[in-house]
Amino acid sequence: MMKNKRLDLSYSQMKWETVFRRLLMVMGAIIVLLVIGVLITLIVESWPSIKALGIGYLWGKVWDPVSNVYGAYPFLLGTLLTSFTALIISIPFSYAISIYLGEYNPKGWLSDLLKNTIELIAAVPSIIYGFWALFVLVPVVRQLETKIHVAPYGVGVFTASLVLAVMIIPYAAALGTSLIRMVPSPLKEGAYALGATRFEVIRSVILPYTRSGLFAGILLSLGRALGETMAVTVLIGNTSAISGSFKEIFFGPGNTMASVIANEFAEADHTLYLSALIELGLVLFFVTVVINLIGKRIITRYTNN
Amino acid sequence: MDARIGVRNTKSILFKSLIIFLAFVVTLPLIIVLLYIIKQGVMQVNWHFLTHVPAPEGEKGGGIANALVGSILIVGMSSIVAIPVGILAGIYLSENPGSKLAYYSGLCVDILQGVPSIVMGIVVYFWIVKPFGFSAISGSIALAIMMLPIVIRSTEQTLLLLPPSLKEAALSLGVPYHRVILKVIVPCGFAGILSGIILSIARIIGETAPLLFTALGSNYLTTNVTGAMESLPHLIFTYATSPYDDQHDLAWGASFILLMFVLILNIVTKLITRKWKIQL
Repeated sequence: MMKNKRLDLSYSQMKWETVFRRLLMVMGAIIVLLVIGVLITLIVESWPSIKALGIGYLWGKVWDPVSNVYGAYPFLLGTLLTSFTALIISIPFSYAISIYLGEYNPKGWLSDLLKNTIELIAAVPSIIYGFWALFVLVPVVRQLETKIHVAPYGVGVFTASLVLAVMIIPYAAALGTSLIRMVPSPLKEGAYALGATRFEVIRSVILPYTRSGLFAGILLSLGRALGETMAVTVLIGNTSAISGSFKEIFFGPGNTMASVIANEFAEADHTLYLSALIELGLVLFFVTVVINLIGKRIITRYTNN
Repeated sequence: MDARIGVRNTKSILFKSLIIFLAFVVTLPLIIVLLYIIKQGVMQVNWHFLTHVPAPEGEKGGGIANALVGSILIVGMSSIVAIPVGILAGIYLSENPGSKLAYYSGLCVDILQGVPSIVMGIVVYFWIVKPFGFSAISGSIALAIMMLPIVIRSTEQTLLLLPPSLKEAALSLGVPYHRVILKVIVPCGFAGILSGIILSIARIIGETAPLLFTALGSNYLTTNVTGAMESLPHLIFTYATSPYDDQHDLAWGASFILLMFVLILNIVTKLITRKWKIQL
């Protein structure tokens, strides 16, 4: 009798075991389904625009919903301009942080303090950066623009890039720090033994060794910059018409893919307008996914070796 | 010869100074922003501010009770969805490192992590808002999807670090698989999982973009999760871009509260990871 009861118990346990394994698998599958769902939704909803406007949509220069003319060029330009400007500004800083925390000062309270502070930069919500910059940075930029003789909008591509630059530093810096810490010390010691100075070790051993990893960090930062919405929406000035010299575009108001979606999605009142906006979202999705996956791939390959 | 060594040493010292300068300059913008928000916001915050809804446009006074309640409700509902799913998916990834589904699942976690928040907002708009109308629930779902990758990755990383002997010992005693996971493995990695959860909450509590077309925002204090609802970041966005000074004041106060939430959540995560010596 006793034995049978035990057997029953273990049967029910085995049943639970199978249920649990299934449940885990379902959860794993849900993540895949989510991503497929996102992709399908974006494609289906932007289909009217893909069909009606074709590939030429991407370099159409005019965005005028009132007369039903849609071209994504102003937003592609705005996105690329803000992201790459921010990236160029941020690179020296993220490299410096990586080198400082990875090589010069990897341990101790000062290093911890700096590391936590840098992490905090990523934690502050982007809308707060946007709000702050709108009231503090914009007047400063306006003065600067008066000095260099461009129209003093204050808001615009340049202002958005400045704030974006600060916001994306932590992503490249965190990765860079841990990669530089992983450089094998025999390599460094060898160089020191040959009489190299610290600078020479960093330049000729550490940086070449971590080059691909640091590049991956920059890609991750770029991925953030491309998709960043709120701070940019508040600061970029929201103009879909671009014209004039590079200087005028750079300091003048513009729009990015993310900011035009944030601004116009709610007021898009006919199908083509709405789906043209979603197509921007689709492009944004593809670009950020590709950039992120390349970045991750480089990191995995790097850390496995 | 001596002169060359001198030059090389000077170069090395100059480089070090430059690196230190650049590394520490980065903290300046953060400090300036924090101090400014605290200075502008702390004057706004009082009991009245926390318990009243915003005054009509152009009028003085009012508070942000609607956004505060909304944010807590929306983030709470996101957590209810994202935490169990995230933990279980994380367990799946750490338990089945070789399987094909786990590979694609891991890939999709990476993809989800990189999806711009505004895109998530559009997608959830079509999934939930279009058929059922603007609601706090739709906002929660958008935020839950943004939480998932962080919870999954932290769970996975924590569990992978646990010694396999734990699991083997439990299994050899005849403990069924699900009990091994739930009673041995998860409690051992509890601190790591918990810090991942807190970090993910800190990340989404300030997200504005996914809420723009989902929870929308509302001027009323409401707990009806099937209707539009205000949230702190959305209130800051609307009032920051409004022309009224009184609304700016409300937005500064709301920014201060939001910032405090984020700071506290981050500090708690830091304390947990330090106490249990976890690497996230």
